[in-house]
Amino acid sequence: MAVLLIAEINDGTLAMDATAKAVAAAAPLGDVTVLAVGATAKDAADEAATIEGVSKVLVAEDALYGHRLAEPTAALIVSLAGDYSHIVAPATTDAKNILPRVAALLDVMVLTDVTSVVDADTFERPVYAGNAMQTVKSKDEKKVITFRTSTFDAAATGGSAAVEDIAAAEDPALSEWVEDKVAESDRPELTSAKIVVSGGRGVGSEEDFVIIEKLADKLGAAVGASRAAVDSGFAPNDWQVGQTGKVVAPDLYVACGISGAIQHLAGMKDSKIIVAINKDEEAPIFQVADFGLVADLFEAVPALTEKV
Amino acid sequence: MKVLVPVKRVIDYNVKVRVKADGSGVDLANVKMSMNPFDEIAVEEAIRLKEAGKAEEVIVVSIGVKQAQETLRTGLAMGADRAILVTAADDVHEDIEPLAVAKLLAAIVKEEEPGLVICGKQAIDNDLNATGQMLAALTGYAQATNANSLEVDGDAATVAREVDGGLQTIKVKLPAIVTTDLRLNEPRYASLPNIMKAKKKPLDEKTPADYGVDVAPRLEIVKTAEPAERAAGIMVGSVDELVEKLKEKGAI
Ligand SMILES: Cc1cc2nc3c(=O)[nH]c(=O)nc-3n(C[C@H](O)[C@H](O)[C@H](O)COP(=O)(O)OP(=O)(O)OC[C@H]3O[C@@H](n4cnc5c(N)ncnc54)[C@H](O)[C@@H]3O)c2cc1C
Repeated sequence: MAVLLIAEINDGTLAMDATAKAVAAAAPLGDVTVLAVGATAKDAADEAATIEGVSKVLVAEDALYGHRLAEPTAALIVSLAGDYSHIVAPATTDAKNILPRVAALLDVMVLTDVTSVVDADTFERPVYAGNAMQTVKSKDEKKVITFRTSTFDAAATGGSAAVEDIAAAEDPALSEWVEDKVAESDRPELTSAKIVVSGGRGVGSEEDFVIIEKLADKLGAAVGASRAAVDSGFAPNDWQVGQTGKVVAPDLYVACGISGAIQHLAGMKDSKIIVAINKDEEAPIFQVADFGLVADLFEAVPALTEKV
Repeated sequence: MKVLVPVKRVIDYNVKVRVKADGSGVDLANVKMSMNPFDEIAVEEAIRLKEAGKAEEVIVVSIGVKQAQETLRTGLAMGADRAILVTAADDVHEDIEPLAVAKLLAAIVKEEEPGLVICGKQAIDNDLNATGQMLAALTGYAQATNANSLEVDGDAATVAREVDGGLQTIKVKLPAIVTTDLRLNEPRYASLPNIMKAKKKPLDEKTPADYGVDVAPRLEIVKTAEPAERAAGIMVGSVDELVEKLKEKGAI
């Protein structure tokens, strides 16, 4: 059996953590070939070649793949699919956009957010916002899978797989990129951070969200948010943690002014240590917290920032 | 142009999910069911396009059990013009997979020739996040997933997408498939007079056989289990105590 693994590459840079975790997840399925696709992808390919367990890296470097639009990227993957039993990727927004398209073109189902590999056909994935875990066995000849990275440890580096250029596939010419609005940040990336500090509706405003950010910066943490905080404009969309946002499992998750709706818990309840600061002692977030503090966050969070 | 909006009947997002003791699935008998929240956003967006004079007709489609009729009536009460129900399952516990749903939708797209299909980005029951992308593949249309804003202009649509790093704006050729994210709009509630009117709007009933589509699942559900529970935690009385505990644990 052979696996084609789509590396996560943004603007030419390999997302090492997400890719190495997907490699670890895929390793039991067979020989792993990584596909590095982008307008610039060579450096990312060289880096991916160092991940242990990778046997080969294919590089498709072409302006066509600059923004990894779904149609051309899916067409490329489908053109390579013949050689592989499993086509996999870390469950990033790019992969979630592209791989279901690949699966339908191959007339197979897609398995998204897989958290555990039972055997070559059988996988575990959360359903109902993580309120149930489903074990499913695929009857399809080829499996198309995205792995939820927060549940796998990254494969080590130190390998040196061969890197091979491949040609671009046809361009379906259905869509074009217009612009990206990406906030530059020195903070760690949310899904791979060791510590995450999140704020919810209780923070009250975009200005006051600064107190969440200050605690995060003191701890060297990433910043997260609840849907309510994002909807209210306190925080950007890419900070949303939850069922329909990002899934995180850091060593420490600090939830401030977040009630703990199931949709939020779905994105953080696998964190090692959960701290909840909420002024309502009945808030459901306390049921998953290792350490709960009933307090006004406007006093407790700055005090905590001072003392850590 | 016509806008097609697939809607799914799912467990209401406020209901606590119960896994059946025999591991065969989640208990859906006598549980409150509603329209998938992302699909409500899709219906709302379609109606807004009609109100803005960019669409002539909004068609809602549901594929599943016959009770999905209620979900379609909700869409009609919000302002859709007509509905198509494809009855593909008898048991409320049977989930039709996105690939089969996409095949049925592709057949409907062929018949109706909509300029735009607006789907929810994911259903909150199976959380697969796949139907829109699969439909785009099968129709050969462009796709714009996780829409945060949508603008239709002539034979193209500009969509800002919620992505891991922020927002990505793309322009897609129409016809296209768009999937909704949470912040695309805030869906309206249906008014009582509109709920009454919706009862008289046309609702076509079909079966997968009418479209020649096989809906047999590709994935066999081996087991459904409760997630691992977290060990109970403790309440701390002060910030100082919290800091102390976190240091003890080596968390900071
Ligand atoms: C389809 C769908 C998808 C969703 N996806 C997500 C998702 O991915 N992520 C997500 O987070 N949510 C999601 N939600 C929303 C979710 O249901 C909740 O509405 C949301 O998580 C609530 O956010 P919150 O806890 O910040 O706000 P609230 O529930 O309003 O809670 C605010 C909390 O702040 C506390 N508080 C207020 N003031 C203070 C203070 N001064 N000091 C301390 N505490 C204070 C309050 O006691 C309260 O507990 C989704 C919902 C739907 C329907």
